[in-house]
Amino acid sequence: MLELKNISFGVTEENKQIEILRGINLTIENKKFVVITGPNGGGKSTLARIIAGIEKPSGGQILFDGVDITEKNITERAKLGISFAFQQPVKFKGLEVFDLLKIAAGGKLKFNEACNYLSAVGLCARDYINREVNSSLSGGELKRIEIATILARKTKLSIFDEPEAGIDLWSFKHLIKIFEDMRQNISDSSIIIISHQERILSIADEIIVLADGQIKNHGDAKTILPQIVNSENVIKECGKIKE
Amino acid sequence: MFQLDEIQKRLIAEVAGLHKVPIGAYNFRANSQLAARQSTANIEITSKEDGTGIDIHIKPNTKNESVHIPVVLSASGLTETVYNDFFIGENCDVVIVAGCGIDNCGSANSEHDGVHRFFVGKNSKVKYVEKHYGSGTGTGKRILNPVTEVTLNENSFMEMEMVQIKGVDSTNRVTTANVDASAKLIVRERLMTHGDQKAFSTYKINLNGENSGADVVSRGVARDKSFQKLDLGISGNAACNGHTECDSIIMDEGKILAVPSLEANNVDAMLVHEAAIGKIAGEQIIKLMTLGLTEAEAEEQIINGFLK
Repeated sequence: MLELKNISFGVTEENKQIEILRGINLTIENKKFVVITGPNGGGKSTLARIIAGIEKPSGGQILFDGVDITEKNITERAKLGISFAFQQPVKFKGLEVFDLLKIAAGGKLKFNEACNYLSAVGLCARDYINREVNSSLSGGELKRIEIATILARKTKLSIFDEPEAGIDLWSFKHLIKIFEDMRQNISDSSIIIISHQERILSIADEIIVLADGQIKNHGDAKTILPQIVNSENVIKECGKIKE
Repeated sequence: MFQLDEIQKRLIAEVAGLHKVPIGAYNFRANSQLAARQSTANIEITSKEDGTGIDIHIKPNTKNESVHIPVVLSASGLTETVYNDFFIGENCDVVIVAGCGIDNCGSANSEHDGVHRFFVGKNSKVKYVEKHYGSGTGTGKRILNPVTEVTLNENSFMEMEMVQIKGVDSTNRVTTANVDASAKLIVRERLMTHGDQKAFSTYKINLNGENSGADVVSRGVARDKSFQKLDLGISGNAACNGHTECDSIIMDEGKILAVPSLEANNVDAMLVHEAAIGKIAGEQIIKLMTLGLTEAEAEEQIINGFLK
C-alpha cells in the first residue's frame, strides 16, 4: 500500500515560485490497478517521479507498506519494491537488452526467462535479446523493452509514465493486451499508470484526475470514466475552445 | 602450460583468453624469452635472423586457422622492443590473437614495445585481436607502446579489435594502414585509463585504392586523473569511404583530447568523422537505480557496456 500525505512540489523559474503539486493526499491499495489522468502540465509525471524517488518533494510524507520512504533514495525504494517505467526510455551504448533484463531481475536471469518477458511485450526474443539498447531501436521497441524490465522486476508497485506515448497504433493494441494481462495477474501488487487513453482507463479499478497540481477527482473507474468521456469538462477546462 | 608460472598463466588468460595450449599455431614469449612455439602445415613461425622478433608466414588459401602470439612480462625492469611480421597469402581467412600482459611488482619500469606489420594478400580476411593488460603492486611503471602497420592488398579485409582496459601506466599506440582497391579496414578500439595513466592513440589510414574503405571506432573512458589523446586520421586518395568515430566518457578529473582529422585528396573520397566527449548521462544512472542498482553499480554497468 502506498500513501501520500500532503505532498507538494515547487520549482523556481525566473525568480518565480511555481507550484507543480499542492497538497496531494492519496492512498493506493494493494491489488489495485489505478490510472492517473488529467491535462498536460497538471503534475502527473512529477507525482510519479516523486514516488520513485527521482524528485524530492518540497513537503509531505510518503509511506510504502507503512514504512516512511520520504528520505529514501531511488535505489532504496527500488529494493523495497517500487518500479518505474520512463515515459521516454533511456538509451545505453553497449548495454544489451539481456543485460538490462538481468539487472532488472536482480542479477541472475535465465535465457528462457528473459525470452518470456520479451514475448509478453510482443517482441520476438531471438531478434532482440542481444540488441543494444540504443538509437537503432525504434520508439515503440524501446517502450516495450522498458515495460519488459518492469515485468522482470516483479515488484509490489509498478508505475508506468504514459506507456502509450510515442508508439504506433499496432503497438498500442498490443500494449493494451499487456496491461490487461497485468490486471489479471495482479495478485498482491498494485499498478499505477499515467495515461490519457480511454482503453487503458476502461480497464482500471480506480481513476485519479490530476489537474493544476491537485487531485480533482478520485474514485471507482465505473463512476469517473463516464464523466471524463463526456468530455465537456475537458473543453471547459481548456477555455480556449469557445464558440 | 609449458614452463609458465602462475602469474604468467593469469596474464595469458587476461590478454589472450587462453587457459590451455591453443589449437593451431602459436608463439608464447615470457620475460623476453621464447616459452613455446608451434607452427602448422599452413602457418610457419620463425625467429628473425637478427633475433629481434618473429616472422609469421601464412600460406595462400589457409582458411579457419588461428595464430596466438601472447607476450607476458612478470619480472620488474624488463624493457624490450620486438618486431613481428605477418605475411598473409592470398585467399586466406584467419584469426590472429596478440596481446601483452605486464605484471610489475618491483620498482623498475617494465616496457614492451611491439611492432607488428601485416601484409595481407589479395582477397584475404583477417581478424586481429590485441589486448593489453597490466597488474602488480610495485611502483615500477607498466609501459606498452604498440606500433601496428597494415598493408591491405586488393579486395582484402581486416578487422582489428584493440583493447586496453586496465593497469597500463603509459601507452603510445600508433597504427598506420595503406588500403588498396576494394579492401576494407575495420578498427574497434577500447581504452580505459585510471589513476595517473596516460594513453595516446594515433591512427593514420591511407585509402589509396578505388572503392577502399575504413571504419575506425574508438571508445574511451578516462577516470581519476588520467589522460587520453585520440588522434584519428584518414586520408582519402581515391574514390573511397572513410569513417572515424571517437566516443569518450570522462569521469572524476579525467581529461580527453580528441583530434579527428580527414584529408580528401580525391573528389570522390567520402569521409566522415564523429567525436563526442562527455560524462555519463544522469538519466542512465537514474534508470539503473530504479532497477535496484546503487549509483556506483550503475556507473560500473554503464562503463562495462560502453567498453564491451
